[in-house]
Amino acid sequence: MLRLDNISKVYKVGTFGGKELHAVSNVSFDVKDGEVVSLIGESGSGKSTIGKMILRLIPLSSGAISFNGVDISTLKGSALKEYYRNVQGVFQDPFSSYNPIFKADRVFSIIKEEFFPEMGSREWTDRLENSLRAVGLNPPDVLNKFPHQLSGGQLQRFLIARALLLDIQFLVADEIISMLDASTRIDVLNLLADLKSRGLSILFITHDLSLGYYISERAVMLYRGRVVEMGATEKIYDNPLHPYTKMLMASVPRLDKKWAEAEMELKARPSEILRGCVYYERCPVADKDCASYSPALLEVESDHSVACFHYTERE
Amino acid sequence: MSLQVENLTVYYQTLRGDVQALESATFTIQDGEIMGLAGESGCGKTTLGHSLIYLKPPMRFIKGHVTLDNEELPVWDMERMNDFRFKKISIIPQYAMNAMNPTRKIGKMAEELLGSRKMDFRAILPELKRRLDLVKLSHDVLNMYPIELSGGMKQRMVMVLSALLNPSLLIADEITSALDVSTQKAVAEMLVEFRDREFVKSMIVITHDISILYQIADSIMIMYAGQLAEKAPTDVIIHSARHPYTKLLISSLPKVGVKYAEKRLTGIAGSPPLLLHPPVGCRFRDRCPLAFDQCLEVPPFVEIEKDHFVACWKVLEENAQA
Amino acid sequence: MAQEQPKEVRSEFIYFALRNRKLRVGLGILVFFLLFAILGPFLTEYEPNAYVGPSAQPPSSEFWFGTTTFGQDVYSQFAHGLRSTFIVGLIGGGIGTLIGVLIGLLAGYRGGMVDESLNMLTNIVLIIPTLAVLIIIAAYLAVRGIFTESVFIGLTAWPWAARAIRAQTFSLRAREFVDLARMSGCNSLRIVLTEIAPNMMSYLLLVFILQFGGAILNAATLDFIGLGPTRGMSLGLMMNNAVLWAALQLGMWWWLIPPGAAIAAIVGALYVMNVGLDEVFNPKLREM
Repeated sequence: MLRLDNISKVYKVGTFGGKELHAVSNVSFDVKDGEVVSLIGESGSGKSTIGKMILRLIPLSSGAISFNGVDISTLKGSALKEYYRNVQGVFQDPFSSYNPIFKADRVFSIIKEEFFPEMGSREWTDRLENSLRAVGLNPPDVLNKFPHQLSGGQLQRFLIARALLLDIQFLVADEIISMLDASTRIDVLNLLADLKSRGLSILFITHDLSLGYYISERAVMLYRGRVVEMGATEKIYDNPLHPYTKMLMASVPRLDKKWAEAEMELKARPSEILRGCVYYERCPVADKDCASYSPALLEVESDHSVACFHYTERE
Repeated sequence: MSLQVENLTVYYQTLRGDVQALESATFTIQDGEIMGLAGESGCGKTTLGHSLIYLKPPMRFIKGHVTLDNEELPVWDMERMNDFRFKKISIIPQYAMNAMNPTRKIGKMAEELLGSRKMDFRAILPELKRRLDLVKLSHDVLNMYPIELSGGMKQRMVMVLSALLNPSLLIADEITSALDVSTQKAVAEMLVEFRDREFVKSMIVITHDISILYQIADSIMIMYAGQLAEKAPTDVIIHSARHPYTKLLISSLPKVGVKYAEKRLTGIAGSPPLLLHPPVGCRFRDRCPLAFDQCLEVPPFVEIEKDHFVACWKVLEENAQA
Repeated sequence: MAQEQPKEVRSEFIYFALRNRKLRVGLGILVFFLLFAILGPFLTEYEPNAYVGPSAQPPSSEFWFGTTTFGQDVYSQFAHGLRSTFIVGLIGGGIGTLIGVLIGLLAGYRGGMVDESLNMLTNIVLIIPTLAVLIIIAAYLAVRGIFTESVFIGLTAWPWAARAIRAQTFSLRAREFVDLARMSGCNSLRIVLTEIAPNMMSYLLLVFILQFGGAILNAATLDFIGLGPTRGMSLGLMMNNAVLWAALQLGMWWWLIPPGAAIAAIVGALYVMNVGLDEVFNPKLREM
């Protein structure tokens, strides 16, 4: 349904814009119909940038994004609006997604004005209440309130309901539960899983490995703007191949086992690597080739690819 | 020796009245114990942490006693607490790594900090350097500006400074939340190292991330809506908790190895009460599947087995019958 | 974690506004002079420029503020002058605010080339020597009214407001609710007017107050050096005449001091109000 083809995002930074920051470099993956794909990375990995590029909030520097075969990176005007009928996003901070001086319902009325101007008010109310119930909210409890009068979980569900009003096919969920309390997180997560079973495709952006495992079939591991490993979630988690993925699996605090005693390499601020493998500076098994060439993604087993010379040389 | 807190009650003054953020907290921490303090937002864990060391307006001390190493801490008196801060009790506040003055070199900042406590920087410098080695920071750090350091490095620097004078109790307030996974692990393990080397006698680690506590804490105390719910050794909390809230909370956490398709986890319906006019009795009453009439009375925080404290009438009832 | 209710936020603002001493004092002074300007002229039957009495009289029961060298009633001049001062403040300040807001919003939201070109325009207007331009204009327009003066002041005072509003717009533009509006298919104009501008209301109020005060000062200066309106009376003109006719040397304090003091008081009150309002809107500045 959604295909990312070699997309990159370069920012000009420094005084007079002399230096370049490669936020995203040559990322390609796709999301099929009715599939949940986790985009996993830490801060600085470029995952939010990718989400915003898919949502056309940031322009691409190069590459193409196509939705159902149509290149969306250059859409404008009413074509762009049509795109938004099919693709929407929900972000991390529920409170800053709402204009604080207006009531929360305003997000719905904007949708009505822009997309359903001729719909009668009775029909709209029905549609709205159905959407709210579909996300587990009781309409009289949540309508007509200001954002601060609702909890973070309710606000996030509101935004999902807003997306459902448009009958979207694809949702970009950017760290949508990381700012919620532990007890509400799982409810919103379950909601996403329910929606997926009803045909919605989701790009689930997160830094939390256990969430990715819980909800997605496939995962894309991102490090500093590049894809280092991707494939079926289970395969990656059971058998991580890339040194970064291995480090992540070993370092994430888990409730079922304690951290191993392995020493962690702690480095200063990483410099911008333009040539060579993006993980070179922290990689325990890097050799000199890794500093000069950037490995390509290669399929090591079915539905499991990794970008690391230690696997691509094994032939 | 140890920390003893008795009936500590602290409210927040606001225009609309007092927010009853911390209600009658009573617990003990032994020497050498790393206690994790966990709970959701608004549970009072930060209030508890701060009231032990820095109780300033809008926080208002209502009642209670705090004893550290057999000496009473005058937590209600900001002036007198000055003698204890940094030396006997110290805190690594949230966002500390962002609180460093960007125009000061780290070494200068440390010097000023120690100077304000009437300590001689030069005399402490050798020990400071030893500690920097321990956390794997090069001595050059003292000549750098904060912006040259990564998040993890800044956090470690703050940890070193907070623990420099070997306080008996170190409070760490959400020190890992803004860090990358690998740095989180390093910083958390460093906390344990500080305790193992006896730089610090005991610690309170405040966080909402229980899985970090599972890795490093000896015991965990769970709070809900300003009240203490349960305190027990880590393994007990994770695997055999008794308080209904704790049990629901632990079971709602996704773990690697658990898929939605195989086992659907459930959360806790409802949301925590507002503490401006908190409900009478046990504040978890409205969301608790086991609530009954007795719950209109505040349950006492009682030791049901060795080192395992619970505040729940149902649990007490079950124990009495057993 | 929870944020403030707008309704309660409004009433919270009003609560703090009423208790803020700077705001009360500033507003009080302003209202006093405003009432004076509105009602004052009705309390005298003398026209400001008419020759109605003996010259150079100190204040008395008949001529409350005394008379000028030509026997004009100073009180009448003062009251009418106060009116025109407020009019200039309102129109000049209003125009300056309007232009500044429009350009600031546009440049801040669109960015890119639009921002670059508007910045250039702002810089040009900023460095134009207004005095020189005004002298040239004065040479061409034999008759100038207060409206012309206000418009001129407005047209030259907007750059700093545009800069400030542009900065505010930049920061608001990056907020997530703007992203949400974009994803709802709203066009730029709609977003700027309905999402961004309302969030800046308090800031826009402060900008207007500063423009108001600035316009008054500007007008007083222009009037004082003779580049003001050719008809009518204003406080600056009073001061101009007083100095021209050696009021200070002749000891006619009643002619020189009231207009100067009034301008200083009004503009001072406006600035104090501004600081007070800043404290009201920004909780961190309040002394709890």
